[in-house]
Amino acid sequence: MEDLSLHILDIAENSINAGAKKIVIRIVEDLEGDVYSISVEDDGAGIGAEILRKVEDPFFTSSPKKRFGLGIPLLKQAALECDGQFHIDSSPGEGTTLFASFKRSHIDRKPLGDLGSTMLALICGHPEIRYVLFYEKGDFRYGFDTDALKESLGDVPVNLPQVLVPVRDSINESTGGRALSLRKTDG
Amino acid sequence: MQKLTIDDLKKIKEQYAATFNLREGGYRAKVTVHMGTCGIAAGARAVMNAVVEELANGNVKDVIVTASGCAGFCSKEPMATVEILGAAPVKYCCLDAEKMKRIFREHIQQGNIVEEYALVMGSETSY
Repeated sequence: MEDLSLHILDIAENSINAGAKKIVIRIVEDLEGDVYSISVEDDGAGIGAEILRKVEDPFFTSSPKKRFGLGIPLLKQAALECDGQFHIDSSPGEGTTLFASFKRSHIDRKPLGDLGSTMLALICGHPEIRYVLFYEKGDFRYGFDTDALKESLGDVPVNLPQVLVPVRDSINESTGGRALSLRKTDG
Repeated sequence: MQKLTIDDLKKIKEQYAATFNLREGGYRAKVTVHMGTCGIAAGARAVMNAVVEELANGNVKDVIVTASGCAGFCSKEPMATVEILGAAPVKYCCLDAEKMKRIFREHIQQGNIVEEYALVMGSETSY
């Protein structure tokens, strides 16, 4: 994964597969403490203690179609490489909260990247889910909630392309997100 | 791009209401972008953004874009499945934003499959 917003998309897809109705994404840049933290909280099926011990193992997957599951191990690796922390709290029926933190100034800490595109992909793929986004950087606060957006849109579907594109651009405007052009495909 | 305001949303709402009657309900085409870890790492997000942008720019309203998981061909990601109503679905592989835009123009709008990027046609399942 090239940036943190791609990890967020990947982790949120796990929440979707767990049947979540609501996904809360928190991004906190603590400038004084030099900590960059991300959490993804869902109200999905939750994970039992036995499986929870295995999900950080790249050779574990809950999918019968695959032999490995790399999403969680990749984010854990990214966090630990940057003197950060990583943990998952979950129990069956209680949803799941995944937390990853990074030393903000660490040279290997990935940039946030195109968070707007991540939100576009999530809303477009599964518009029925409520997505809540909090972004904090120092004293700056930004919030986004698809329920509020749906309320102002009325009958207009939230996954209408003509809605998604300005929503994406607006999120990027507020969070400093932008497309990184390390790779041609991520333009 | 300025921040999205309530006025902007109102404008979108009015425009949508004005054209809503043109829709016969239902969708003419469906684009499914594979959003597994493999797809995301390979650039699926940019592919989905590209098709959504094309739809917004062309004011197209009869195409739905959705997401699915890993299809088991991780090395061929990013992949997308294009399904035109009444025709067999076509799976495209090794995509990027530019390829997706071409598929949008030629396959979704004109009905010609872009064979160059296609992997399979039909709805066989792989495990």
